[in-house]
Amino acid sequence: MKSAVLVFPGINRERDMARAFREVTGVEPIMVWHTETELPDVDVVAVPGGFSYGDYLRCGAIAARSPIIPALRAHAAAGRHVLGVCNGFQILTETGLLPGALMRNASLRFVCKEVRLRVDNAATAFTSAYAPGQVIRCPIAHGEGNYFADPETLAELEGEGRVVFRYCDAEGRITEAANPNGAVDGIAGIVNAAGNVLGMMPHPENLIEALQGGLDGRGIFESLARAA
Amino acid sequence: MLKNDIAITPELIKAHGLKPDEYQRILDLIGREPTWTELGIFSAMWNEHCSYKSSKKWLKQLPTKGARVLIGPGENAGVVDIGDGQAVVFKMESHNHPSYIEPYQGATTGVGGILRDVFTMGARPIAAMNALRFGAPDHPKTRHIVAGVVAGVGGYGNSFGVPTVGGEVEFHPRYNGNCLVNAFAAGLLKTDEIFLSEAKGVGMPVVYLGSKTGRDGMGGATMASAEFDDDSHEKRPTVQVGDPFAEKLLLEASLELMASGAVIAIQDMGAAGLTCSAVEMGAKGNLGLTLNLDKVPTREPGMTAYEMMLSESQERMLMVLHPHLEEKAEAIFRKWGLDFAIVGETTDTLRFVVEHHGQVMADLPIKDLGDQAPEYDRPWVEPKRQPVLAAADVPAPQDYGRALLDLVGSPNQSSRRWVWEQYDHLIQGNTVQRPGGDAAVVRVERPNGGHAKGLAFTCDVTPRYVEADPYEGGKQAIAESWRNLSAVGALPIAVTDNLNFGNPERPEIIGQFVHALKGVGEACIALDMPIVSGNVSLYNETNGEAILPTPAIGAVGLMDDVTRTIGVALAADGDVLVLIGDTTGWLGQSSYLYELHGREEGAPPPVDLAAEKRHGDFVRAAVIDGRVTAAHDLSSGGLLVGVAEMAMAGAKGARLLLPETEVPLHAFLFGEDQARYVVTAAPEDASRLIVDAAMAGVPATAIGAVGGDSLTLGGLLTVSIDALSQRHESWMPNWMSAA
Repeated sequence: MKSAVLVFPGINRERDMARAFREVTGVEPIMVWHTETELPDVDVVAVPGGFSYGDYLRCGAIAARSPIIPALRAHAAAGRHVLGVCNGFQILTETGLLPGALMRNASLRFVCKEVRLRVDNAATAFTSAYAPGQVIRCPIAHGEGNYFADPETLAELEGEGRVVFRYCDAEGRITEAANPNGAVDGIAGIVNAAGNVLGMMPHPENLIEALQGGLDGRGIFESLARAA
Repeated sequence: MLKNDIAITPELIKAHGLKPDEYQRILDLIGREPTWTELGIFSAMWNEHCSYKSSKKWLKQLPTKGARVLIGPGENAGVVDIGDGQAVVFKMESHNHPSYIEPYQGATTGVGGILRDVFTMGARPIAAMNALRFGAPDHPKTRHIVAGVVAGVGGYGNSFGVPTVGGEVEFHPRYNGNCLVNAFAAGLLKTDEIFLSEAKGVGMPVVYLGSKTGRDGMGGATMASAEFDDDSHEKRPTVQVGDPFAEKLLLEASLELMASGAVIAIQDMGAAGLTCSAVEMGAKGNLGLTLNLDKVPTREPGMTAYEMMLSESQERMLMVLHPHLEEKAEAIFRKWGLDFAIVGETTDTLRFVVEHHGQVMADLPIKDLGDQAPEYDRPWVEPKRQPVLAAADVPAPQDYGRALLDLVGSPNQSSRRWVWEQYDHLIQGNTVQRPGGDAAVVRVERPNGGHAKGLAFTCDVTPRYVEADPYEGGKQAIAESWRNLSAVGALPIAVTDNLNFGNPERPEIIGQFVHALKGVGEACIALDMPIVSGNVSLYNETNGEAILPTPAIGAVGLMDDVTRTIGVALAADGDVLVLIGDTTGWLGQSSYLYELHGREEGAPPPVDLAAEKRHGDFVRAAVIDGRVTAAHDLSSGGLLVGVAEMAMAGAKGARLLLPETEVPLHAFLFGEDQARYVVTAAPEDASRLIVDAAMAGVPATAIGAVGGDSLTLGGLLTVSIDALSQRHESWMPNWMSAA
C-alpha cells in the first residue's frame, strides 16, 4: 500500500503517522508539503495531528485553505482513502469533506490520556481488522475534540452507520464519565457518506507497538492495507 | 566620543539595576560616559541572571567532567555521549519571576526558552519536564498561578510537539510570593553534528532569523535580578509573550539550515535578546561584531536602538553563516515563513558596534562585556542546622488506615494526574514509561538499527530538607534522582541543576547556597553524575521573605535496551515485596510530620552516598536482568506511601507483615530513610534476590506479598485500593475546581 502524509506548518505528529504506516505496511509514506498542488499516486492520504498554523483563527481553518487541499478533494472524490487524525480531523471538517465541527473540550483543558473506543462500524475500509463492537484502547491528546453537529446531520450519521468510533468505558458503555471532551453521543470518529474519508480525534498511530503499551491502533493501518 | 541625548543620572543607573561601584567599573573600562544604549547593554550583560556574578565563584567548584561529557556548562546546553555516535543534549532553566507576574506567558516562554537552548545546539527535542513550586493551597493567589502555569507549560510544549514526560509539583507557604517554574528539555543529536555559538572568520554575515522584534520582555533579565514587593504586578510589561507555532517553525527551519552546511555559529536570543547573543558569539570567537539595527525585522515602527538591544521577544535566533550559502539559507527560512535578515558582520576589531540610522549607538570592548562583569565573593554565614528529632517526639497515628489515606490525599503527596494529563506526554511515539512513576523513559533508536536504547528523565529536590540542612539536602536531591533513574533500570549519566535561592546579598542565603552546592557536588562525584548545564535563579524573595532553598535537579539515565525497563505498578498476585535498604525510622522533616502534623522540625535524613551507590547498582542490575517485576524508590511519605503508590498503580492489593524491628512502627512506616527501594519478585526469585543482596552488602527483607484488593498490615490496617486511589486522585481536581 502506498501512502502520503500532508505536512502543514505547525503539524507535529507527522513523524508518528509516518512511523505507523512504515511499521504496519512496511512502506515509507511520502511526505507532502502544503504548498504542493498535486498528490503522488497513493492509496491513502493521511492528514496528521498537530497545531497547523498555531490553531490561529480556528483549528484547521487556515490549513483547509492551503494549496494542496484541491488535490486532497480530488483524491477523495476519486474514492481513494483519506485518514484525518486530531488536527487532521479538524482540517477535514473545515474543508467540508466531513460534516460537523470540533469545539473546545467541555473541561476547557487540553487532555492527554488513554481512552477506550468502541468500534461501532467495523465494515469500513479503516476498521475491517476490528470486530463489530470491539472495545479498543487509544491515546488522545487535544484541546478541541468536542464533536458537534446539528440534529439532522447527527441523524444522518447514525442512520447511515457513519459513526465509526465512540468513547466508552471498559465494558463498551457510552457514558459521560468515559467521554473525555463532551463530544455529542460520545462520537470520536466518523466517515463521509461514501465511506472513504475517516476523521477521528484519538491517535491510533501512537499505539502500534508493545513498547508504546499496546497494539490496538494497528487495526486502522492493517485495514487500510487490506483495502488497498 | 559618542554623544548622549539622554543624561546618565544616578537614578537612571539605579533603574538599570547597576550599583554605583558597578557603574564606576563601566567608566573605568570604556574611559567615558556610556550612551543610553550602552548603559542598557551593560545592564543586560551584568545583571545577576546573565553574569552569575554572585554564584560564579561557587559554581566553578562543581564537578562538570566525566568520560561521557562532550560539552559541559557554558554553552546553551550540556552534551553527553550515549554511544552509537549519538548524544543527549539537556538543560534546566528557571522562569520564576515572569511566571509569578504573568503565569501563562511566564511559563510558556520558560518552556520555549529551554527548547530553544536545546535545538540551538543542533538537537531535536525529545523530552521535556517541569519542576513547579507554588504557595500554600489556601493562599488566595495559588490556584490562579497553578492554573496559568500548567496551562502555559502545556500550551507551549503541546503545540511545539515535544512530550512532557515528567516533573514535580509542590506546595509550600514559602513560595506564596515567588512561584518556581523550572523547565527542563532534552534533545538528541549526532556527536559529529554539534553546533556552537563561537563565531569564526572575519567579514562573515551575521544573520537574524525567526520572529520579529517587538517591545515585549524589555529588561526581563534585569527584572529577574531583583526582589519583588507588593507592586511587582506592575512589572508585567517585562514578561515576554510566547508563540509556540513560531518556535516549531524555527526548530524545523534551524535543523534544516544546519543540515545544509550553511551554519558557522548559532545562538538563540533568550535573556537580554540581541545583546547577549551577539556579544557571546563574538567574544567566544575572539572577534568583533557590528550590528546594523536598520536591518532588524521589527514588529512596530519607531523602535529605538535601546529597545531593540534589550527586547526579549521570543523565537529568535542569531547565526553566523558561510557567505556563499546565504541564498540557500534564506530560501529555507522563507519556506518556513520566517524572517531572515543580514544584520551585521564579524570584524577583527574586538569591538561590539551597534549602528542605527547611520549613527553609532554603541561601541564597546566585546570581551570585557562578559569577562569583566563584576564577580562577587558575597559574605556568608554557616546555616543553622536543625537538631535530630527522635521518633518518640512524633505522635503515632491513632488509626493507621486513616493516616495513610490522609497522607496520600494531602496536597503534596496526592496524584499529579490533573497536571500531566494537560501535557501531551505521548507525542513522538517513544514514551515507554509515562508520567506518574519514578522516572520517565523514552525510546532512542540507534542510527544503524538494532535494539533501541532508552533515556530516562527525572526531576528531584526536597526543599524542606535543604532548608533544615543545606548540605544534606543538596546530597539528597542528587541521591533521589539517582534512585529514580536506577529504579526504572537506567544508569544515571549526568545532571543539570537549577539553583533557586533568595537574595544573595543576605549572608544566610549565600550560606545556604554554598552548603547546598557542596552537598550536590559531593553526591555528583560519589555517584558519577557530572553537572553538564544549569541555571541560577537568585532574588526569589518578596517583601524580604525568601523561598525555601531549592536546588532542583534534572537527571538523565541511559539504558542499553529500553525493553528492560519496569515501572512501579504491582504486577502479579503472589509476588513478594522486598524492602531494600536500612530503615531507622527517620521522621525529621518527613512528609508525615509536615502534612499530618503541620510540623517542619528536625534534621533531614542523612544521605550515605556509598550505600546509595551500592543499593542503586543492585536494584538497577535486578531490573535489567528481569529478576524483579516492579521497583519503586522510597522518598517522601516513606515505606507505607511507597507501597500504596505501587498498589494504586497496579490496581492490586498487598499484604504487609508487621516488621520485626525495634523501630517504632509509625517511624518504620512513615520514616524517610534514604537509599531505600521496594521491589517485587516471584517468590523463588525473591528468595534468591535476598541472598544475593546479602552477598552484595545490600540490606533486603521480605515485607509482604501482592494480592487482594486492599493494602493490609497485620491486623492494624486494611484500606481498599479503590479508597486509596479515590483519595489520591481527588485532592488536586477538587482543589482546582473549588471556587
